[in-house]
Amino acid sequence: MHYYLQLLINGLVVGGIYSLVALGFVVIYKATQVVNFAQGELVMAGAYVCFSLTVQFHVPFLWAFLMTLGFSVLLGLAVERLALRPLIGESTISVIMVTIGLSSVLKSLVQLVWGTQIKVFPQVLPAEPLFLAGVPIAPVYLAAFVLSALLFAVFSLFFKYSRLGVAMRATAFDQQAAQSMGIGIKNIFALSWCIACVVSGVGGVILGNINGINSQLGYLGLKVFPAVILGGLDSLAGAALGGLIVGVLENLCDGLAKDFLGLSGFKEVAAFVVLVLILMIKPYGLFGSREIERV
Amino acid sequence: MSDLLRIENLEVVYNDVVLVLKGLSLAAEAGKITALLGANGAGKSTTLKAISGLLEGEDGAITDGAVLLDGQAVHGRPPEEIVRRGVFQVMEGRRIFQDLNVEENLRCGAFTRPRGEFRESLDKVYGYFPRLKERRRQIAGYMSGGEQQMLAIGRAIMARPRLLLLDEPSLGLAPLLVEEIFEIIQRFNQAEGVTVLLVEQNARVALSVASRGYIMEGGRIVMDGAAEELLGNPDVQEFYLGMGASGQRKSYRNIKHYRRRKRWLG
Ligand SMILES: Nc1ncnc2c1ncn2[C@@H]1O[C@H](COP(=O)(O)OP(=O)(O)OP(=O)(O)O)[C@@H](O)[C@H]1O
Ligand SMILES: [Mg+2]
Repeated sequence: MHYYLQLLINGLVVGGIYSLVALGFVVIYKATQVVNFAQGELVMAGAYVCFSLTVQFHVPFLWAFLMTLGFSVLLGLAVERLALRPLIGESTISVIMVTIGLSSVLKSLVQLVWGTQIKVFPQVLPAEPLFLAGVPIAPVYLAAFVLSALLFAVFSLFFKYSRLGVAMRATAFDQQAAQSMGIGIKNIFALSWCIACVVSGVGGVILGNINGINSQLGYLGLKVFPAVILGGLDSLAGAALGGLIVGVLENLCDGLAKDFLGLSGFKEVAAFVVLVLILMIKPYGLFGSREIERV
Repeated sequence: MSDLLRIENLEVVYNDVVLVLKGLSLAAEAGKITALLGANGAGKSTTLKAISGLLEGEDGAITDGAVLLDGQAVHGRPPEEIVRRGVFQVMEGRRIFQDLNVEENLRCGAFTRPRGEFRESLDKVYGYFPRLKERRRQIAGYMSGGEQQMLAIGRAIMARPRLLLLDEPSLGLAPLLVEEIFEIIQRFNQAEGVTVLLVEQNARVALSVASRGYIMEGGRIVMDGAAEELLGNPDVQEFYLGMGASGQRKSYRNIKHYRRRKRWLG
């Protein structure tokens, strides 16, 4: 039992990271209708920059973290400006191809600069476990979960109450009508890429602190697809829930498969199996709007 | 007597090939309501989008002519800049942000305005449309067509424009509501001194609030004049107000009549 509780906690923590990355994906999809296949590589970019700052340049972690946020903003602006803006009005498939290309470019750049070895972040938080209801939890796990939740809360409030957040939702619903309000939709597009890069970058830093990073980190993006499709592609709450579900399911299923079937490696497919099952019952995801375009 | 808006010999092309406006000229006098009438497909909405810059997203382009606001050229500028210069378009079909609530829609209308005036503007909108106040937290997509039109005009009031472009505000509304909406448009025009360019199918009600009217056909203006003058014009009466030339019921048997009608309705 203890073992499964541990798996559940692991699942929630990893799921929190998936939720963040899914949030980035959904923000881009909603505002610009672009399906971003480079989401996982944005995670990787943030993780490596933070790693580089702390380990190679000996910047204190908190500063490195803040600088990574700054870097993510710039990365978002650059990607939107250089890769996506020239494609406004082009067909969906061209835009998808560009995001796939972007993912390869980012991955190669990371391999070029940092190699393919696993990199380990320095220990920031104490290793002593905390006890929550008798279950030992590593402080870094707790911090990871709290940070993900906090970031999600911040963005929920932003979309609900800030002028720009409301304008982003308006743009997501009807671009031309948003333009008629005087909302500069190009700025909104750029902003959505910035947000996507920032939440992914934070996800990357968290992940680096838990597991260490390597140049395959981008495959995390693949896990985000079941999460967002579960959640319905265009819903923030759905992204949060979808991420958590995928995180928990893959950990629990993995444990169960090992215990009862003697199978290892079920982790990688569990999410997709469950996704297929859920979509058979709810074809538009748990929260999705009906007229959404499927990928 | 000065014109806030002047359009000179405007030509608009969609998709690089379809010429829709063919040298259109018109003027909107400051502080007055100007009506722009015409059959379906005449190019009325295109004219408004050419003014507000919204052609951009539809692969439409101004290939010739000028749009002058206060004598300054605004054509070719992006829509967000034109809104900041005080031009606000209420698009055809209301174009409410359906998954935002009423007040969030109104915030979008005030997007280009300083935060400080938001409360005051909101109270003004609720003064004109008490029904919106009752439904302020309601998701806009669930409101009736009439309420959505009120919301669309409410967003325009939030923007405090100098020039308000209205595209068929009577579309799909019951006659009583049409009267109510037009009365509010007239009140707004008089209270704030806003210049209005009003596109309508419902010529009678449009000319009853306008001081001047233009009639367009096939991308050009074919007639213009003071509103009463147009209301009294036999051709206008016949083809836009649904009256026979001498007040009798219309007859389609007359070939000459048919040709004239064809000329009008494109
Ligand atoms: N985005 C577009 N691309 C190509 N052609 C267009 C586009 N928008 C309008 N048109 C064409 O331009 C012409 C004028 O259209 P417009 O919408 O301006 O007419 P309208 O006078 O507003 O008509 P209605 O009274 O039906 O609203 C029509 O023939 C229409 O088919
Ligand atoms: Mg029209």
